[in-house]
Amino acid sequence: MRAADGPALDRAVPFRAGGYAPQRVAWASAATLIGLLAFWQFCASMGWVSTSFASSPLLIIRALAALISSGELWGHLAASLQRLAIGWVIGTISGLLVGLALGLYTLARSPGMAVVSALFPIPKIALVPLFIIWFGIGEGSKIVTLAFGVFFPTVINTMAGVDGVPRGLIRMAQSFGLRPWSIITKIVLPGAMPAVLSGFRITTSTAIILLVAAEMIGADKGIGAFVLQAGNLYDTDNLLAGIVVLSVIGLCVSWVLGVLERALLRWR
Amino acid sequence: MTAGLALHVEAVRHAYADLPVLDGIDLDIRAGEVTVLVGPSGCGKSTLLGILGGLVAPTAGAVRLSGEAGADCLNMLTYVFQDFALLPWRSVAGNVSLVLEDSRLSRAERAARVEEVLALTGLSAFAGAWPKQLSGGMRQRVGIARALAVRPAVLLMDEPLSALDAQTRGLLLDEFASIIARTGATTVYVTHNLAEATRLGQQIVVLGRRPGRIREIIRIDTPLAGRADDDAALRAIERRLWELLRDDAAAADRELANARG
Repeated sequence: MRAADGPALDRAVPFRAGGYAPQRVAWASAATLIGLLAFWQFCASMGWVSTSFASSPLLIIRALAALISSGELWGHLAASLQRLAIGWVIGTISGLLVGLALGLYTLARSPGMAVVSALFPIPKIALVPLFIIWFGIGEGSKIVTLAFGVFFPTVINTMAGVDGVPRGLIRMAQSFGLRPWSIITKIVLPGAMPAVLSGFRITTSTAIILLVAAEMIGADKGIGAFVLQAGNLYDTDNLLAGIVVLSVIGLCVSWVLGVLERALLRWR
Repeated sequence: MTAGLALHVEAVRHAYADLPVLDGIDLDIRAGEVTVLVGPSGCGKSTLLGILGGLVAPTAGAVRLSGEAGADCLNMLTYVFQDFALLPWRSVAGNVSLVLEDSRLSRAERAARVEEVLALTGLSAFAGAWPKQLSGGMRQRVGIARALAVRPAVLLMDEPLSALDAQTRGLLLDEFASIIARTGATTVYVTHNLAEATRLGQQIVVLGRRPGRIREIIRIDTPLAGRADDDAALRAIERRLWELLRDDAAAADRELANARG
C-alpha cells in the first residue's frame, strides 16, 4: 500500500482508543487499606509516631475489644442508631411528601421553593443550640436536628426526581385514563426513584454528621458523646475506636442502600 | 371486534402562545375507517391528533364523538406514541397490564387480556422482558398491545413507525393493517411517509404549512387487505400527495433552518 506522495506503508493499523475507562480492582483496594494500616502500625511500633497522639491500629483494636466485652459499646451504639433511625425516617418521609408536592403542584412549588431555598443553606449544626432551647437537652432536640438536616436534601432530590420523570409517560397514563393516585404511585414515584435513592446517600451521611454533632453538644450516651469524652481525656485509643465505629455505621448504611438500589432499580 | 366511533372536528383553531399552528379545521372521521394526516413539518398534525385525543385543548372549536363504543371498550380514545412511552421499570406484560389496573376487570380477566394482546402482537415469549431488552420494533409492538388491551373505539397513532428502521417499518406496517382491519377501531394515523399513508389510509387529509389548514382530502376505496406495494393507483395517489406537499415541505424546511438560525 502506498499513501499519496508519501512513503510506502506496510503495517497494522494501531489501536488508538484505549484508556479513560477506569476499572475497579478489588485486591488493589484491600491492599491499599492494609498497606496504610501496616505502615501506621509500623511507624507506631518503631516509635516514629506517638501513640498518645495518634494511637495505632493494634491499640484501637484492643480498645474496641474492651468496649465490646464490657458491653459499653452497645449502650452507645443503641442510643446513636435509635436517634439516627428516628431522625432519618422523619426527615425522609416529610421530605418525600413535600418534595412530591413541590414536584407535582403549581400551588405548592412557588411558596415551597421560597421556604426551602431560604432554609436549605443554613448549616444545621448552627441550629442545634436553638433546638435545645426549643425541645430540651434530651432526645427531642437531637432527633429534630437530624430530621431537619435530612428533610431539605430529600425535598430537593425528590422534586428534581419528579421533574425528571418524562412528561410523555404521564401524558400516556392520562391518555389511558389512569387515576391521579395511580399516576403518582405507578409513574411518578418509580420514575423519581433513582434521584430519591441517590439523595438517600447524601442524607444518610448528613444524618451521621449531625448525629455526632448533636451528641457532642448534649448527650451522655451515643458514639458522638463517647468520642468527645475520650478526646477530653486524651484517650486517643478509645477516640479512634469510636471513629472506627462511626465508619462502620457509614459502611453498613451504604451497603443497605446498595442492596436497596439493586432491588428497586434492577430495570436499569 | 370493537365498534368504532366517528369524530367530528368543528372549526378547530390552535395556537401555542402567539404562534398559530392550526386554523379552520373542519373534518369528519368516519367510524371504523383509517384517516391519515399528512403535511409538512410543523403544520400541526400531532397537535390535531392531541386535540382529537383530549390531550391538547384547542384554542377555538371542538371535537365531537358520535356512535357507540363496544361494551368491552375501556378507553375510547387510545394513543400509540411515536416514542413508545413504555415504563422502563415495568416488564412487557407489566406495561400492558398498567392500562387495565384502574379498570373494572378482575385480576384474572386482566391477565387473560394481557395474554391475548401479547399473542396478537407476537410478544408472548417476551412477556417478562424489560423494555430496554427489546428492539425499537418490539417496543412499538408493546405500544400496540397496550393500546389494543383497552379495546379502543378510536386508535390515535402519532408517527408510530418513524423511530424505526426501514425493514422493521415495512413489517410493522403490514401488521398494523391487519390488526386495524381485525379490531375495526376508527384509526387516525399521523405520518410523514406517503407510502404509509397510501398503505393504510382510507381517507388521507393533507394539511398545508403552518398554520395548518386542510388542503385536500383524498379517499382510497381499495380494502386494506388488498393493497399491494406495486398498485399503480396507490402510487399515483402517492405522487399526487407529493405534488401537494413538495412546495410546503421545502418552505417548512427553510423556515425551520431560519428559526435555528
